[in-house]
Amino acid sequence: MAAARAQPRLGRLERAALQGVMVRELVNYSSFWRSSTFSSTVDPTIYLLAFGFGFGSLVSRVAGYDYIDFVGTGIVATTVLFSGAFPAMYGTFVKYEFQHTYDAILAAPVDTEELVTAEALWIGARTGVYGCVPMLVAMVFGLDPSWGMLLVPLIAALAGFGWACFGIFIAARAKGIESFSYWQSGLLTPMFLVAGTFFPLNQLPQWAQVLGNVNPLFHCVEIVRHAVFGFEGWEDIGHLAFLIAFALVAWRLAIRFMERKLIV
Amino acid sequence: MSSAIKLTGFVKRFGSLTAVDGLDLDVPFGQCVGLLGPNGAGKSTTMKALTAQVIGDEGELEVLGYRLPEDSKQARASMGVVPQLDNLDVSLTVEQNLLVFAHLYRVPAAERKAAIERALGIANLAHRRKDKVDKLSGGMRRRLLIVRALLHEPRLVLLDEPTVGLDPQVRQELWALIDRLRSEGVSILMSTHYIEEAERLCDTVTIMSHGKAVAVGSPRALIHEHAGPEAIEVYGSPTRLAELEGVARTRGWSTRRTGTSVSVLHANGDIDLDGERRITNLEDVFVLLTGEEIS
Repeated sequence: MAAARAQPRLGRLERAALQGVMVRELVNYSSFWRSSTFSSTVDPTIYLLAFGFGFGSLVSRVAGYDYIDFVGTGIVATTVLFSGAFPAMYGTFVKYEFQHTYDAILAAPVDTEELVTAEALWIGARTGVYGCVPMLVAMVFGLDPSWGMLLVPLIAALAGFGWACFGIFIAARAKGIESFSYWQSGLLTPMFLVAGTFFPLNQLPQWAQVLGNVNPLFHCVEIVRHAVFGFEGWEDIGHLAFLIAFALVAWRLAIRFMERKLIV
Repeated sequence: MSSAIKLTGFVKRFGSLTAVDGLDLDVPFGQCVGLLGPNGAGKSTTMKALTAQVIGDEGELEVLGYRLPEDSKQARASMGVVPQLDNLDVSLTVEQNLLVFAHLYRVPAAERKAAIERALGIANLAHRRKDKVDKLSGGMRRRLLIVRALLHEPRLVLLDEPTVGLDPQVRQELWALIDRLRSEGVSILMSTHYIEEAERLCDTVTIMSHGKAVAVGSPRALIHEHAGPEAIEVYGSPTRLAELEGVARTRGWSTRRTGTSVSVLHANGDIDLDGERRITNLEDVFVLLTGEEIS
Protein backbone atom coordinates (compact mmCIF):
# COMPACT_ATOMS: atom_id res chain seq x y z
CA MET A 1 0.00 0.00 0.00
CA ALA A 2 2.99 2.26 0.51
CA ALA A 3 3.41 2.36 -3.26
CA ALA A 4 -0.15 3.47 -3.81
CA ARG A 5 0.21 6.16 -1.18
CA ALA A 6 3.26 7.50 -2.98
CA GLN A 7 1.22 8.22 -6.10
CA PRO A 8 0.87 11.92 -6.75
CA ARG A 9 -2.39 13.27 -5.46
CA LEU A 10 -4.89 13.48 -8.31
CA GLY A 11 -5.41 17.08 -9.26
CA ARG A 12 -8.40 19.12 -10.33
CA LEU A 13 -9.76 19.17 -13.88
CA GLU A 14 -7.83 16.13 -15.02
CA ARG A 15 -7.84 15.26 -18.66
CA ALA A 16 -8.72 11.60 -18.02
CA ALA A 17 -11.84 12.57 -16.08
CA LEU A 18 -12.98 15.21 -18.60
CA GLN A 19 -12.42 12.75 -21.41
CA GLY A 20 -14.39 10.01 -19.65
CA VAL A 21 -17.44 12.25 -19.23
CA MET A 22 -17.20 13.51 -22.81
CA VAL A 23 -16.92 9.96 -24.17
CA ARG A 24 -20.18 9.20 -22.40
CA GLU A 25 -21.81 12.22 -24.04
CA LEU A 26 -20.36 11.34 -27.42
CA VAL A 27 -21.54 7.72 -27.31
CA ASN A 28 -25.00 8.85 -26.21
CA TYR A 29 -25.03 11.50 -28.92
CA SER A 30 -24.44 8.81 -31.51
CA SER A 31 -27.91 7.52 -30.68
CA PHE A 32 -29.81 10.83 -30.69
CA TRP A 33 -27.85 13.15 -33.00
CA ARG A 34 -30.60 13.14 -35.60
CA SER A 35 -33.29 14.68 -33.40
CA SER A 36 -30.83 17.04 -31.74
CA THR A 37 -29.43 18.26 -35.05
CA PHE A 38 -32.93 18.56 -36.48
CA SER A 39 -34.16 20.93 -33.78
CA SER A 40 -30.93 22.90 -33.63
CA THR A 41 -30.88 23.56 -37.36
CA VAL A 42 -34.52 23.64 -38.41
CA ASP A 43 -35.58 26.09 -35.67
CA PRO A 44 -33.22 28.90 -36.67
CA THR A 45 -33.86 28.27 -40.34
CA ILE A 46 -37.57 28.81 -39.80
CA TYR A 47 -36.91 32.03 -37.86
CA LEU A 48 -34.61 33.17 -40.61
CA LEU A 49 -37.12 32.51 -43.36
CA ALA A 50 -40.07 33.91 -41.43
CA PHE A 51 -38.34 37.13 -40.41
CA GLY A 52 -36.22 37.41 -43.52
CA PHE A 53 -39.15 37.20 -45.88
CA GLY A 54 -41.88 38.46 -43.56
CA PHE A 55 -40.13 41.55 -42.17
CA GLY A 56 -37.76 41.70 -45.08
CA SER A 57 -40.66 42.65 -47.35
CA LEU A 58 -41.43 45.65 -45.09
CA VAL A 59 -37.91 46.88 -44.40
CA SER A 60 -35.08 46.48 -46.83
CA ARG A 61 -32.20 47.89 -44.76
CA VAL A 62 -31.61 47.94 -41.02
CA ALA A 63 -28.70 49.61 -39.23
CA GLY A 64 -26.85 49.85 -42.50
CA TYR A 65 -27.27 46.18 -43.45
CA ASP A 66 -29.59 44.35 -45.83
CA TYR A 67 -32.26 42.89 -43.58
CA ILE A 68 -31.52 39.29 -44.56
CA ASP A 69 -27.86 39.88 -43.70
CA PHE A 70 -28.83 41.51 -40.41
CA VAL A 71 -31.11 38.67 -39.38
CA GLY A 72 -28.93 35.88 -40.79
CA THR A 73 -26.02 36.90 -38.58
CA GLY A 74 -28.24 37.71 -35.59
CA ILE A 75 -29.85 34.29 -35.55
CA VAL A 76 -26.45 32.67 -35.03
CA ALA A 77 -26.69 33.94 -31.46
CA THR A 78 -30.24 32.68 -31.04
CA THR A 79 -29.09 29.24 -32.11
CA VAL A 80 -26.29 29.44 -29.59
CA LEU A 81 -28.85 30.12 -26.85
CA PHE A 82 -31.19 27.36 -28.00
CA SER A 83 -28.58 24.67 -28.46
CA GLY A 84 -26.51 25.75 -25.46
CA ALA A 85 -28.89 26.50 -22.59
CA PHE A 86 -31.80 24.16 -23.31
CA PRO A 87 -29.97 20.82 -23.71
CA ALA A 88 -27.97 21.73 -20.59
CA MET A 89 -31.12 22.47 -18.56
CA TYR A 90 -33.15 19.45 -19.60
CA GLY A 91 -30.19 17.07 -19.99
CA THR A 92 -28.86 17.84 -16.53
CA PHE A 93 -32.25 17.52 -14.92
CA VAL A 94 -33.05 14.20 -16.60
CA LYS A 95 -29.63 12.73 -15.83
CA TYR A 96 -29.91 13.80 -12.20
CA GLU A 97 -33.54 13.06 -11.49
CA PHE A 98 -34.49 10.13 -13.69
CA GLN A 99 -31.39 8.34 -14.91
CA HIS A 100 -29.21 8.74 -11.80
CA THR A 101 -26.29 9.11 -14.18
CA TYR A 102 -24.38 11.45 -11.90
CA ASP A 103 -24.42 8.90 -9.09
CA ALA A 104 -22.62 6.49 -11.39
CA ILE A 105 -20.13 9.05 -12.67
CA LEU A 106 -19.24 10.44 -9.24
CA ALA A 107 -18.59 6.91 -7.98
CA ALA A 108 -15.81 6.76 -10.60
CA PRO A 109 -12.72 8.96 -10.19
CA VAL A 110 -14.50 12.10 -11.41
CA ASP A 111 -15.35 15.19 -9.33
CA THR A 112 -18.35 17.48 -9.74
CA GLU A 113 -16.10 20.21 -11.14
CA GLU A 114 -14.87 17.86 -13.85
CA LEU A 115 -18.35 16.55 -14.54
CA VAL A 116 -19.84 20.02 -15.05
CA THR A 117 -16.87 21.29 -17.07
CA ALA A 118 -16.84 18.30 -19.40
CA GLU A 119 -20.57 18.45 -20.07
CA ALA A 120 -20.45 22.19 -20.77
CA LEU A 121 -17.39 21.81 -23.03
CA TRP A 122 -19.18 19.14 -25.02
CA ILE A 123 -22.33 21.24 -25.44
CA GLY A 124 -20.15 24.25 -26.28
CA ALA A 125 -18.36 22.32 -29.03
CA ARG A 126 -21.65 21.13 -30.47
CA THR A 127 -23.01 24.67 -30.36
CA GLY A 128 -19.98 25.89 -32.29
CA VAL A 129 -21.12 23.71 -35.18
CA TYR A 130 -24.86 24.33 -34.90
CA GLY A 131 -24.28 28.08 -34.65
CA CYS A 132 -22.97 28.17 -38.22
CA VAL A 133 -26.13 26.68 -39.73
CA PRO A 134 -28.20 29.90 -39.95
CA MET A 135 -25.21 31.70 -41.45
CA LEU A 136 -24.91 29.02 -44.12
CA VAL A 137 -28.64 29.22 -44.84
CA ALA A 138 -28.37 33.02 -45.10
CA MET A 139 -25.57 32.55 -47.62
CA VAL A 140 -27.99 30.64 -49.82
CA PHE A 141 -30.21 33.74 -49.70
CA GLY A 142 -27.48 36.15 -50.60
CA LEU A 143 -25.18 36.71 -47.61
CA ASP A 144 -21.69 37.21 -49.06
CA PRO A 145 -18.90 34.99 -47.74
CA SER A 146 -16.07 36.62 -45.79
CA TRP A 147 -12.92 35.45 -44.00
CA GLY A 148 -14.24 36.56 -40.65
CA MET A 149 -16.92 33.88 -40.89
CA LEU A 150 -14.26 31.33 -40.01
CA LEU A 151 -14.23 32.79 -36.50
CA VAL A 152 -17.97 32.30 -36.01
CA PRO A 153 -17.71 28.63 -34.85
CA LEU A 154 -15.22 29.71 -32.18
CA ILE A 155 -17.39 32.58 -30.96
CA ALA A 156 -20.44 30.29 -30.96
CA ALA A 157 -18.54 27.63 -29.00
CA LEU A 158 -17.41 30.17 -26.37
CA ALA A 159 -20.91 31.59 -25.96
CA GLY A 160 -22.35 28.06 -26.09
CA PHE A 161 -20.09 27.00 -23.21
CA GLY A 162 -21.36 29.97 -21.18
CA TRP A 163 -25.00 29.20 -21.94
CA ALA A 164 -24.49 25.50 -21.21
CA CYS A 165 -23.05 26.41 -17.80
CA PHE A 166 -25.96 28.75 -17.22
CA GLY A 167 -28.37 25.94 -18.15
CA ILE A 168 -26.66 23.55 -15.75
CA PHE A 169 -26.90 26.22 -13.06
CA ILE A 170 -30.65 26.56 -13.67
CA ALA A 171 -31.09 22.78 -13.50
CA ALA A 172 -29.06 22.60 -10.30
CA ARG A 173 -31.36 25.17 -8.69
CA ALA A 174 -34.57 23.61 -9.97
CA LYS A 175 -36.66 21.62 -7.53
CA GLY A 176 -38.86 20.34 -10.34
CA ILE A 177 -38.83 20.54 -14.11
CA GLU A 178 -41.85 22.90 -13.99
CA SER A 179 -39.71 25.65 -12.47
CA PHE A 180 -37.89 25.87 -15.81
CA SER A 181 -40.91 27.87 -17.05
CA TYR A 182 -39.95 30.83 -14.83
CA TRP A 183 -36.44 30.94 -16.21
CA GLN A 184 -37.60 30.43 -19.76
CA SER A 185 -40.41 33.00 -19.83
CA GLY A 186 -38.94 35.37 -17.27
CA LEU A 187 -35.36 35.51 -18.46
CA LEU A 188 -34.44 33.59 -21.58
CA THR A 189 -37.29 34.75 -23.85
CA PRO A 190 -36.79 38.48 -23.08
CA MET A 191 -33.06 38.03 -23.58
CA PHE A 192 -33.68 36.34 -26.88
CA LEU A 193 -35.82 39.25 -28.08
CA VAL A 194 -33.79 42.16 -26.69
CA ALA A 195 -30.46 41.16 -28.16
CA GLY A 196 -30.39 43.01 -31.45
CA THR A 197 -31.20 39.85 -33.36
CA PHE A 198 -34.35 40.89 -35.19
CA PHE A 199 -34.22 44.66 -34.67
CA PRO A 200 -31.43 46.96 -33.53
CA LEU A 201 -31.30 47.94 -29.84
CA ASN A 202 -30.60 51.63 -30.50
CA GLN A 203 -34.22 52.28 -31.44
CA LEU A 204 -35.47 50.99 -28.11
CA PRO A 205 -36.11 53.15 -25.00
CA GLN A 206 -33.06 53.96 -22.90
CA TRP A 207 -33.82 51.42 -20.15
CA ALA A 208 -34.18 48.59 -22.67
CA GLN A 209 -30.83 49.54 -24.20
CA VAL A 210 -29.21 49.38 -20.78
CA LEU A 211 -30.69 45.97 -20.15
CA GLY A 212 -29.62 44.86 -23.60
CA ASN A 213 -26.04 45.74 -22.77
CA VAL A 214 -25.90 43.30 -19.88
CA ASN A 215 -27.40 40.57 -22.05
CA PRO A 216 -24.64 38.14 -23.14
CA LEU A 217 -26.69 37.33 -26.21
CA PHE A 218 -26.43 40.95 -27.39
CA HIS A 219 -22.64 40.81 -27.21
CA CYS A 220 -22.69 37.53 -29.08
CA VAL A 221 -24.89 39.02 -31.81
CA GLU A 222 -22.63 42.07 -32.17
CA ILE A 223 -19.38 40.18 -32.35
CA VAL A 224 -20.75 37.65 -34.85
CA ARG A 225 -22.06 40.46 -37.06
CA HIS A 226 -18.74 42.26 -36.92
CA ALA A 227 -16.85 39.06 -37.64
CA VAL A 228 -18.85 38.68 -40.82
CA PHE A 229 -18.94 42.34 -41.93
CA GLY A 230 -15.76 43.73 -40.38
CA PHE A 231 -14.45 44.12 -36.82
CA GLU A 232 -14.77 47.39 -34.92
CA GLY A 233 -11.57 47.20 -32.86
CA TRP A 234 -11.94 47.99 -29.17
CA GLU A 235 -15.69 47.63 -29.25
CA ASP A 236 -15.35 43.97 -30.23
CA ILE A 237 -12.68 43.35 -27.62
CA GLY A 238 -15.26 44.63 -25.15
CA HIS A 239 -17.88 42.22 -26.49
CA LEU A 240 -15.42 39.34 -26.32
CA ALA A 241 -14.40 40.24 -22.77
CA PHE A 242 -18.05 40.27 -21.75
CA LEU A 243 -18.63 36.82 -23.24
CA ILE A 244 -15.55 35.43 -21.50
CA ALA A 245 -16.63 36.93 -18.18
CA PHE A 246 -20.14 35.54 -18.61
CA ALA A 247 -18.75 32.07 -19.35
CA LEU A 248 -16.45 32.17 -16.31
CA VAL A 249 -19.15 33.32 -13.90
CA ALA A 250 -21.72 30.82 -15.22
CA TRP A 251 -19.10 28.04 -15.04
CA ARG A 252 -18.32 28.66 -11.37
CA LEU A 253 -22.01 29.06 -10.50
CA ALA A 254 -22.86 25.78 -12.23
CA ILE A 255 -20.14 23.94 -10.30
CA ARG A 256 -21.08 25.52 -6.97
CA PHE A 257 -24.76 24.65 -7.25
CA MET A 258 -24.24 21.19 -8.71
CA GLU A 259 -21.94 20.39 -5.78
CA ARG A 260 -24.68 21.46 -3.42
CA LYS A 261 -27.11 19.18 -5.20
CA LEU A 262 -24.90 16.13 -5.67
CA ILE A 263 -22.81 16.08 -2.50
CA VAL A 264 -24.84 16.05 0.70
CA MET B 1 -2.50 -0.47 6.75
CA SER B 2 -4.44 -3.69 7.06
CA SER B 3 -7.95 -2.57 6.20
CA ALA B 4 -9.57 -1.74 2.90
CA ILE B 5 -12.13 0.38 4.74
CA LYS B 6 -11.94 1.86 8.19
CA LEU B 7 -14.62 4.08 9.71
CA THR B 8 -14.26 5.47 13.20
CA GLY B 9 -17.08 7.27 14.95
CA PHE B 10 -18.73 8.25 11.71
CA VAL B 11 -21.72 10.58 12.15
CA LYS B 12 -24.01 11.99 9.48
CA ARG B 13 -26.98 14.22 10.23
CA PHE B 14 -29.67 15.46 7.86
CA GLY B 15 -31.23 18.36 9.71
CA SER B 16 -32.64 16.94 12.92
CA LEU B 17 -32.35 13.34 11.70
CA THR B 18 -29.17 11.48 12.60
CA ALA B 19 -28.82 8.94 9.79
CA VAL B 20 -25.51 7.48 10.99
CA ASP B 21 -24.72 7.83 14.66
CA GLY B 22 -21.12 7.05 15.52
CA LEU B 23 -20.49 4.04 13.31
CA ASP B 24 -17.26 2.02 13.53
CA LEU B 25 -16.66 -0.28 10.60
CA ASP B 26 -13.69 -2.33 9.49
CA VAL B 27 -13.28 -4.19 6.21
CA PRO B 28 -10.00 -6.14 6.31
CA PHE B 29 -8.28 -6.79 2.96
CA GLY B 30 -9.62 -9.81 1.12
CA GLN B 31 -12.75 -10.14 3.21
CA CYS B 32 -16.40 -9.77 2.44
CA VAL B 33 -18.16 -7.70 5.06
CA GLY B 34 -21.91 -7.34 5.22
CA LEU B 35 -23.77 -4.28 6.42
CA LEU B 36 -27.04 -5.71 7.56
CA GLY B 37 -29.96 -3.68 8.75
CA PRO B 38 -33.59 -2.80 8.19
CA ASN B 39 -34.57 0.02 5.82
CA GLY B 40 -33.56 3.36 7.29
CA ALA B 41 -30.76 1.94 9.45
CA GLY B 42 -28.19 4.14 7.68
CA LYS B 43 -26.68 1.58 5.31
CA SER B 44 -27.05 3.60 2.11
CA THR B 45 -25.82 6.80 3.75
CA THR B 46 -22.73 4.89 4.89
CA MET B 47 -22.16 3.50 1.39
CA LYS B 48 -22.44 6.98 -0.14
CA ALA B 49 -19.97 8.36 2.36
CA LEU B 50 -17.39 5.88 1.05
CA THR B 51 -17.49 7.58 -2.36
CA ALA B 52 -17.64 11.08 -0.79
CA GLN B 53 -21.12 11.69 -2.17
CA VAL B 54 -22.13 12.07 1.46
CA ILE B 55 -19.85 14.20 3.64
CA GLY B 56 -19.91 13.22 7.30
CA ASP B 57 -20.29 15.58 10.24
CA GLU B 58 -17.93 13.72 12.55
CA GLY B 59 -15.55 10.79 12.49
CA GLU B 60 -12.66 9.44 10.44
CA LEU B 61 -12.99 7.63 7.13
CA GLU B 62 -10.21 5.77 5.40
CA VAL B 63 -10.61 3.84 2.15
CA LEU B 64 -7.64 1.91 0.69
CA GLY B 65 -5.37 4.01 2.88
CA TYR B 66 -6.74 7.34 1.61
CA ARG B 67 -8.44 9.80 3.92
CA LEU B 68 -11.91 10.84 2.90
CA PRO B 69 -13.34 13.11 1.72
CA GLU B 70 -10.15 14.95 0.65
CA ASP B 71 -8.44 12.05 -1.16
CA SER B 72 -11.60 10.33 -2.27
CA LYS B 73 -10.78 10.52 -5.96
CA GLN B 74 -7.69 8.34 -5.50
CA ALA B 75 -9.68 5.82 -3.54
CA ARG B 76 -12.40 5.77 -6.19
CA ALA B 77 -9.81 5.04 -8.87
CA SER B 78 -9.14 1.66 -7.22
CA MET B 79 -12.64 0.71 -6.20
CA GLY B 80 -15.78 -0.36 -7.99
CA VAL B 81 -19.25 0.72 -6.92
CA VAL B 82 -22.46 -1.15 -7.67
CA PRO B 83 -25.36 1.17 -6.83
CA GLN B 84 -28.71 0.11 -5.50
CA LEU B 85 -30.55 2.01 -8.23
CA ASP B 86 -29.87 0.84 -11.75
CA ASN B 87 -28.20 3.77 -13.49
CA LEU B 88 -27.18 2.13 -16.75
CA ASP B 89 -27.59 4.16 -19.93
CA VAL B 90 -30.66 2.37 -21.26
CA SER B 91 -30.49 3.74 -24.78
CA LEU B 92 -26.96 2.41 -25.23
CA THR B 93 -25.91 -1.15 -25.96
CA VAL B 94 -24.34 -3.46 -23.39
CA GLU B 95 -20.94 -2.94 -24.98
CA GLN B 96 -21.30 0.86 -25.14
CA ASN B 97 -22.15 0.99 -21.44
CA LEU B 98 -18.96 -0.87 -20.68
CA LEU B 99 -16.93 1.28 -23.07
CA VAL B 100 -18.07 4.47 -21.34
CA PHE B 101 -17.07 3.15 -17.94
CA ALA B 102 -13.76 1.79 -19.21
CA HIS B 103 -13.03 5.46 -19.97
CA LEU B 104 -14.44 6.79 -16.70
CA TYR B 105 -12.42 4.23 -14.73
CA ARG B 106 -9.32 5.16 -16.75
CA VAL B 107 -8.54 1.73 -18.18
CA PRO B 108 -5.53 2.38 -20.46
CA ALA B 109 -6.45 2.46 -24.17
CA ALA B 110 -4.47 -0.67 -24.98
CA GLU B 111 -6.31 -2.70 -22.35
CA ARG B 112 -9.82 -1.37 -22.90
CA LYS B 113 -10.97 -4.00 -25.38
CA ALA B 114 -9.72 -6.89 -23.23
CA ALA B 115 -11.34 -5.39 -20.12
CA ILE B 116 -14.68 -5.16 -21.89
CA GLU B 117 -14.41 -8.75 -23.16
CA ARG B 118 -13.55 -9.98 -19.68
CA ALA B 119 -16.55 -8.16 -18.21
CA LEU B 120 -18.87 -9.55 -20.88
CA GLY B 121 -17.55 -13.02 -20.05
CA ILE B 122 -18.07 -12.69 -16.30
CA ALA B 123 -21.58 -11.34 -16.80
CA ASN B 124 -22.32 -14.01 -19.39
CA LEU B 125 -23.55 -11.30 -21.73
CA ALA B 126 -21.19 -11.73 -24.68
CA HIS B 127 -24.05 -12.86 -26.91
CA ARG B 128 -26.08 -9.74 -26.00
CA ARG B 129 -23.29 -7.21 -26.49
CA LYS B 130 -25.06 -5.36 -29.32
CA ASP B 131 -28.43 -5.23 -27.56
CA LYS B 132 -29.68 -2.07 -25.96
CA VAL B 133 -29.93 -2.24 -22.20
CA ASP B 134 -33.70 -1.71 -22.17
CA LYS B 135 -34.04 -5.04 -23.99
CA LEU B 136 -32.37 -6.97 -21.15
CA SER B 137 -34.06 -8.79 -18.28
CA GLY B 138 -33.74 -7.54 -14.72
CA GLY B 139 -31.12 -10.14 -13.85
CA MET B 140 -29.03 -9.36 -16.92
CA ARG B 141 -29.12 -5.65 -16.14
CA ARG B 142 -27.94 -6.31 -12.61
CA ARG B 143 -25.09 -8.50 -13.88
CA LEU B 144 -24.09 -5.73 -16.26
CA LEU B 145 -24.25 -3.22 -13.41
CA ILE B 146 -21.88 -5.40 -11.38
CA VAL B 147 -19.29 -6.07 -14.09
CA ARG B 148 -19.36 -2.39 -15.07
CA ALA B 149 -17.76 -1.78 -11.68
CA LEU B 150 -15.06 -4.42 -12.31
CA LEU B 151 -13.61 -3.09 -15.57
CA HIS B 152 -10.54 -1.59 -13.88
CA GLU B 153 -9.96 -4.67 -11.68
CA PRO B 154 -10.64 -2.83 -8.43
CA ARG B 155 -9.20 -4.04 -5.14
CA LEU B 156 -12.36 -3.06 -3.33
CA VAL B 157 -15.96 -3.40 -4.43
CA LEU B 158 -18.98 -1.75 -2.80
CA LEU B 159 -22.28 -3.49 -3.39
CA ASP B 160 -25.37 -1.60 -2.26
CA GLU B 161 -28.26 -4.06 -1.98
CA PRO B 162 -27.00 -6.08 -4.95
CA THR B 163 -29.99 -8.41 -5.30
CA VAL B 164 -32.88 -6.24 -4.13
CA GLY B 165 -36.06 -6.82 -6.12
CA LEU B 166 -34.84 -9.89 -8.03
CA ASP B 167 -36.28 -13.38 -8.33
CA PRO B 168 -34.78 -16.01 -6.02
CA GLN B 169 -33.19 -17.86 -8.90
CA VAL B 170 -31.59 -14.71 -10.32
CA ARG B 171 -30.40 -13.86 -6.83
CA GLN B 172 -28.52 -17.15 -6.62
CA GLU B 173 -26.79 -16.44 -9.94
CA LEU B 174 -25.57 -13.14 -8.54
CA TRP B 175 -24.38 -14.79 -5.35
CA ALA B 176 -22.22 -17.08 -7.46
CA LEU B 177 -20.78 -14.01 -9.16
CA ILE B 178 -20.05 -12.24 -5.87
CA ASP B 179 -18.56 -15.41 -4.40
CA ARG B 180 -16.23 -15.59 -7.39
CA LEU B 181 -14.99 -12.06 -6.68
CA ARG B 182 -14.40 -12.96 -3.07
CA SER B 183 -12.41 -16.04 -4.01
CA GLU B 184 -10.22 -13.82 -6.21
CA GLY B 185 -9.25 -11.83 -3.14
CA VAL B 186 -11.26 -8.67 -3.82
CA SER B 187 -12.33 -6.88 -0.65
CA ILE B 188 -16.09 -6.43 -0.55
CA LEU B 189 -18.47 -4.31 1.47
CA MET B 190 -22.04 -5.28 0.82
CA SER B 191 -25.15 -3.71 2.27
CA THR B 192 -28.22 -5.88 2.33
CA HIS B 193 -31.40 -6.54 4.19
CA TYR B 194 -31.55 -10.15 2.99
CA ILE B 195 -30.34 -12.25 5.87
CA GLU B 196 -29.58 -15.28 3.76
CA GLU B 197 -27.38 -13.22 1.48
CA ALA B 198 -25.25 -12.04 4.37
CA GLU B 199 -25.12 -15.51 5.93
CA ARG B 200 -23.90 -17.10 2.71
CA LEU B 201 -21.45 -14.54 1.42
CA CYS B 202 -20.01 -12.57 4.33
CA ASP B 203 -16.99 -13.34 6.48
CA THR B 204 -18.19 -10.83 9.02
CA VAL B 205 -21.40 -8.94 9.44
CA THR B 206 -22.11 -5.59 11.06
CA ILE B 207 -25.73 -5.35 12.12
CA MET B 208 -26.95 -1.76 12.01
CA SER B 209 -29.96 -0.27 13.68
CA HIS B 210 -30.83 3.44 13.88
CA GLY B 211 -27.45 4.46 12.54
CA LYS B 212 -25.39 2.42 15.00
CA ALA B 213 -23.60 -0.92 14.85
CA VAL B 214 -25.41 -3.14 17.33
CA ALA B 215 -23.34 -6.30 16.70
CA VAL B 216 -20.21 -7.25 14.80
CA GLY B 217 -18.85 -10.70 14.07
CA SER B 218 -18.96 -13.70 11.80
CA PRO B 219 -22.49 -14.95 11.16
CA ARG B 220 -21.69 -18.14 13.09
CA ALA B 221 -20.30 -16.30 16.11
CA LEU B 222 -23.21 -13.87 16.19
CA ILE B 223 -25.71 -16.71 16.11
CA HIS B 224 -23.86 -18.54 18.84
CA GLU B 225 -23.61 -15.47 21.04
CA HIS B 226 -27.07 -14.01 20.63
CA ALA B 227 -29.36 -16.89 19.72
CA GLY B 228 -27.66 -20.02 21.00
CA PRO B 229 -27.42 -23.22 18.97
CA GLU B 230 -31.09 -24.14 18.91
CA ALA B 231 -34.50 -22.53 19.09
CA ILE B 232 -37.84 -24.00 19.97
CA GLU B 233 -40.64 -22.83 17.81
CA VAL B 234 -43.96 -23.01 19.59
CA TYR B 235 -47.29 -22.80 17.77
CA GLY B 236 -50.60 -22.01 19.41
CA SER B 237 -53.41 -19.54 19.89
CA PRO B 238 -52.47 -15.88 20.32
CA THR B 239 -53.29 -16.05 24.06
CA ARG B 240 -51.12 -19.11 24.50
CA LEU B 241 -48.27 -17.40 22.68
CA ALA B 242 -48.60 -14.24 24.79
CA GLU B 243 -48.54 -16.40 27.90
CA LEU B 244 -45.41 -18.16 26.74
CA GLU B 245 -43.69 -14.83 26.07
CA GLY B 246 -44.50 -13.79 29.63
CA VAL B 247 -43.03 -16.97 31.07
CA ALA B 248 -39.94 -16.62 28.90
CA ARG B 249 -39.38 -13.06 30.12
CA THR B 250 -39.47 -14.07 33.78
CA ARG B 251 -36.99 -16.89 33.13
CA GLY B 252 -34.69 -14.66 31.11
CA TRP B 253 -35.10 -16.41 27.74
CA SER B 254 -35.09 -14.42 24.53
CA THR B 255 -38.06 -14.85 22.25
CA ARG B 256 -39.16 -13.58 18.89
CA ARG B 257 -42.37 -13.81 16.98
CA THR B 258 -42.00 -15.90 13.84
CA GLY B 259 -45.27 -15.34 12.02
CA THR B 260 -47.83 -17.59 13.69
CA SER B 261 -45.38 -18.95 16.24
CA VAL B 262 -43.01 -17.82 18.98
CA SER B 263 -39.38 -18.89 18.83
CA VAL B 264 -37.64 -19.35 22.17
CA LEU B 265 -33.94 -18.80 21.65
CA HIS B 266 -31.01 -20.11 23.65
CA ALA B 267 -33.00 -23.34 24.00
CA ASN B 268 -30.03 -25.55 24.72
CA GLY B 269 -31.80 -28.80 25.48
CA ASP B 270 -32.66 -27.83 29.05
CA ILE B 271 -35.92 -26.13 28.22
CA ASP B 272 -38.93 -28.38 28.23
CA LEU B 273 -41.48 -26.91 25.88
CA ASP B 274 -43.88 -28.39 23.38
CA GLY B 275 -42.56 -27.20 20.09
CA GLU B 276 -40.30 -27.85 17.17
CA ARG B 277 -36.60 -27.68 17.74
CA ARG B 278 -34.71 -25.97 14.95
CA ILE B 279 -31.23 -24.64 14.27
CA THR B 280 -30.94 -20.91 15.00
CA ASN B 281 -30.02 -18.56 12.19
CA LEU B 282 -28.85 -15.03 11.56
CA GLU B 283 -32.41 -13.89 11.20
CA ASP B 284 -33.01 -14.69 14.87
CA VAL B 285 -30.06 -12.51 15.79
CA PHE B 286 -31.19 -9.73 13.49
CA VAL B 287 -34.72 -9.57 14.87
CA LEU B 288 -33.52 -9.89 18.43
CA LEU B 289 -31.06 -7.02 18.05
CA THR B 290 -32.93 -4.62 15.81
CA GLY B 291 -36.41 -5.43 17.06
CA GLU B 292 -37.56 -5.32 13.48
CA GLU B 293 -39.02 -7.92 11.21
CA ILE B 294 -37.55 -8.36 7.79
CA SER B 295 -39.53 -6.80 5.00
